Amino acid sequence: MTARRRFLKFGLAGAVLLAAAGAVRAQRNYRAADGRAPLEALTEADREVLAAVTPAILAGTAAAGATGDAGLAAAIGSVDRAVAGLPPHLQAEVRQLLALLASWPGRRWVAGVGAPWAVASREEVTAFLERWRFSRWALLQQGYQALHDLVLAAWYARPDSWPAIGYPGPPEVR
Amino acid sequence: MIRDPIREGLAAGWKVTDAAALDRDLALEADVAIVGTGAGGGVTAEILAAAGLDVVLIEEGALRSSSDFRMLEAEAYPQLYQESAARKTLDKAITILQGRCVGGSTTVNWTSSFRTPDATLDWWRARFGLADLGPAALAPWFERIEARLGIGPWTVPPNENNALLARGAAKLGIATEAIRRNVTGCWNLGYCGMGCPTNAKRSMLVTTIPAALARGARLVCNARAERLALRGARASELECAALDPRGVRPAGPRIRVRARHYVLSAGAIGTPALLLRSGAPDPHRTLGRRTFLHPTVVSAAVMPQRVDGYAGAPQTIYSDHFLERGSIDGPIGFKLEAPPLHPVLFGMTLPGFGVAHADAMGSFARTHVLIALLRDGFHPQSEGGNVGLRADGSPALAYPLTPFVWDGVRRALAAMAEIQFAAGATAVLPVHERAQAFASWAKAKEAIAALPLEPLATRVVSAHVMGGCGMADAPARGVVDGLGRHFQLGNVSVHDGSVFPTSLGANPQLSIYALAARNATLLAGRLKAGS
Repeated sequence: MTARRRFLKFGLAGAVLLAAAGAVRAQRNYRAADGRAPLEALTEADREVLAAVTPAILAGTAAAGATGDAGLAAAIGSVDRAVAGLPPHLQAEVRQLLALLASWPGRRWVAGVGAPWAVASREEVTAFLERWRFSRWALLQQGYQALHDLVLAAWYARPDSWPAIGYPGPPEVR
Repeated sequence: MIRDPIREGLAAGWKVTDAAALDRDLALEADVAIVGTGAGGGVTAEILAAAGLDVVLIEEGALRSSSDFRMLEAEAYPQLYQESAARKTLDKAITILQGRCVGGSTTVNWTSSFRTPDATLDWWRARFGLADLGPAALAPWFERIEARLGIGPWTVPPNENNALLARGAAKLGIATEAIRRNVTGCWNLGYCGMGCPTNAKRSMLVTTIPAALARGARLVCNARAERLALRGARASELECAALDPRGVRPAGPRIRVRARHYVLSAGAIGTPALLLRSGAPDPHRTLGRRTFLHPTVVSAAVMPQRVDGYAGAPQTIYSDHFLERGSIDGPIGFKLEAPPLHPVLFGMTLPGFGVAHADAMGSFARTHVLIALLRDGFHPQSEGGNVGLRADGSPALAYPLTPFVWDGVRRALAAMAEIQFAAGATAVLPVHERAQAFASWAKAKEAIAALPLEPLATRVVSAHVMGGCGMADAPARGVVDGLGRHFQLGNVSVHDGSVFPTSLGANPQLSIYALAARNATLLAGRLKAGS
């Protein structure tokens, strides 16, 4: 089966870049000690990455406005639940991506973000997203698009995002 | 109160097993095991059950019905679509929308009903020797299905998103037509893609599957068909895994089905993958090859008035102008349609992020969207993609976007922008990472001509997966014959969109229904005769 062989080769090319992520895979799910909702699919380290990336992607929406931190936390919770519903191969890819970003070498050398995610500026995070968006490397474009799709889908699935875009929500049929 | 025919049927004693609730293995015997409950499996089940055959249906997705369909994207995509509607080609350049639920894609499609175009059937006759599949020979099967599923003209005025296609095209002298739909008593809501909440859509979920179950057919849902056990040139057993309640991972229990005949209707990714996992003979290396997608590109326009693209029946107007102006095997042609708009899918489709994305979303209610579906598979440079397997056995489709396809993408983005400006758009955004919203046709035309068309940068989607187990008159050119019979496996047939030797140039549901009706009727005759 040549098709299958070709797929494996593609997987290896990705694995070289993602190898850096391996170092942080060890810190898997532990229950948050500070009362935040427990995560289904993601780790606390993943949540830290999303907590930095989500405000940059949702800048200009109500998530970043009136509802503030609560809106962002809710969006991150929605991402976690969405990932938990994905097939295993996609869950693995998302976790690899977030583990890469959570790792020091991944953040510093692949994403190009100098400061730890918790203190990275909005400008730094936005610049990282733009670099990956227009990267010449397919893997980085894919990484950007995965973050784009996960965060925006989680946000626009939420009824609190709808008033700002003029969507009234589904009609009553009963 | 809207009646829910599924809950009524379950209360009346239909034999439905939710594999996610199994606590032990299950062994079943039947005349025919059908894998998949979409367009091919649904029609086949009804016909075989009506012929008195004992049928077992295996469905990977869950059984959900109108009472569950709350018109919420957050629920519909994970519950009703393959890979939560995040299925993509291997290079992630094409997003693929396919159903995964009882009724398959028919539960979530947008109701567009086209007979197979004559030009496509002519091509199959000339190139694949399918002499028995001419328009006249298929006409009675189309008529039968159209009557069964309420397929007919949609006489309600189109919603504004579709009316804009008609008006813009008319200004340019481009002909449009009305799309026929498989609905009865449609409320014109616009949520077909999240499961019809009123049961107006005549999907397999509310027509053929209930008919088969009422005749004693058995349905096992949340069960993934993993492989056919083969003995010589025959399948001896179908091996399935019960899934967890979310349908993500095998839960442990196994389901084994022994049948005289096996009909594969798992769709044009699922069926080739099942045969690959089974180690089915593939002497001419045709299995999983020539997979077509109608690669689809998107143009978003901002109008001065409200469009409310989420409301009203989706896809009621189309244009084949750009399919018919060239020869079928010339530069790739495309069909134009106007899809439904909903916040999640549109938010993911729009490129960019932050304030620019939020601003574009701010125009959501005034946004008009056209899609161009490219007709692949008729040119030597359009051989489609290949279905293969990941290490975990799950299917993956590699589909190369070639210069031949990109040429059509560029023409399609230009054609859509010109129509949208003719319809009164104040700005048009060809959906591409490096495009902007252009304020005039002149600016858009110039920019589209210079746009670097590459995978990932250009948003490409597909809701029509076809091929991979192509029909032909000889094993060297296909996987099954014109009756859907596997060339090497005597008791295995394929009844779904994977049998098409090219794409169709039209939304596929009616082609799958009619061919499945014909081939299931002939299969029933053979099985009843004991051959």
